[in-house]
Amino acid sequence: MMTTSEPDDLFAALTEIDNETTARLHARLIADAEVEGLLDVAYRTIDSPVGPLLLAATTAGLVRVAYQREGHEQVLEHLAATVSPRVLRAPQRLDPVAREFDEYFAGRRRSFDVALDLQLSKGFRLDVLRHLPDIGYGRTETYAQVAAAAGSPRAVRAVGSACATNPLPVVVPCHRVILSSGSLGQYVGGPEAKQVLLTMEAAA
Amino acid sequence: MKPFEQIVAEHGPTVLRVCRAILGPVDADDAWSETFLAALRAYPDLDPDANIEAWLVTIAHRKAIDAKRAEARRPIAVERLPEQPAEVQSVDSGLWDALKALPHKQLLAVAYHYVAGLAYKEVAAITGGSTDAARRAAADGIAALRRTYVHFEGETR
Repeated sequence: MMTTSEPDDLFAALTEIDNETTARLHARLIADAEVEGLLDVAYRTIDSPVGPLLLAATTAGLVRVAYQREGHEQVLEHLAATVSPRVLRAPQRLDPVAREFDEYFAGRRRSFDVALDLQLSKGFRLDVLRHLPDIGYGRTETYAQVAAAAGSPRAVRAVGSACATNPLPVVVPCHRVILSSGSLGQYVGGPEAKQVLLTMEAAA
Repeated sequence: MKPFEQIVAEHGPTVLRVCRAILGPVDADDAWSETFLAALRAYPDLDPDANIEAWLVTIAHRKAIDAKRAEARRPIAVERLPEQPAEVQSVDSGLWDALKALPHKQLLAVAYHYVAGLAYKEVAAITGGSTDAARRAAADGIAALRRTYVHFEGETR
């Protein structure tokens, strides 16, 4: 049936929104949100030798580093559910962290010097995470050693799950925890990523 | 609840179109920015079952009213002259004129139903009045636009 123009056609002039406009409005929203204290969770992604990493920060500090295999979208949804739904792509807040990652992967940085927000970890898992930075660059500890250092020598399996759920991999170096047999064991970023990090640290 | 970034990505373009339809291309950016900042503030308290598009258009509606009031208070001497951003000039200005010429109720009904895609019931909840009145206003508005605004369809398709 022939009709006069559909409303969609009538508004064709309205529908053109170019990328430049979208980017400009987004940047303005981020700036306004920061001024108003509404940017609860800022995030960006970076490229790295272990694949794209998602970085997310609250006003308190870096709250999440996620490997691609964890599913960046799911991680953001989890942050929205547990920290705040005010989650926005705002690279600027993460510029200093991103720079430290670049230096680390270039072999020019041995530890991270950024504020951390550990609110995603509780109890014994938090105790484990607090101990991990004591394992120096290029060194390793076994799960049993970490359990002892965290105050519960028999909680070896719990150390494993603390590492598996580490919200801040690479920065909080759970990759330096290996099996007493000497094999590398599991890793939140996958065994290959653990191998890459440890090889890189051993060579530097 | 979805990360707010996803709300911006999914609904930002439609809300901008609505703002453009109601306010014209120049003031639309400000209204959009104020709408999404207000939405970001209120977002954690939003009912998870809420219709997000209707919620955003409701906020945009209030921001547009604020903008129009501010406009009315502005001295006539500084009435906006054609110093529009370059990208706007490429957009067919006939549509803005045609929209501006509509009675306000019709303009809102057209913007919220045809541009935002809201049901007449939701349109009525925002503009006030009955669902039937919203339906009539939208139909009258579209009919008026078809009379006054000639779209160059032959050239583009």
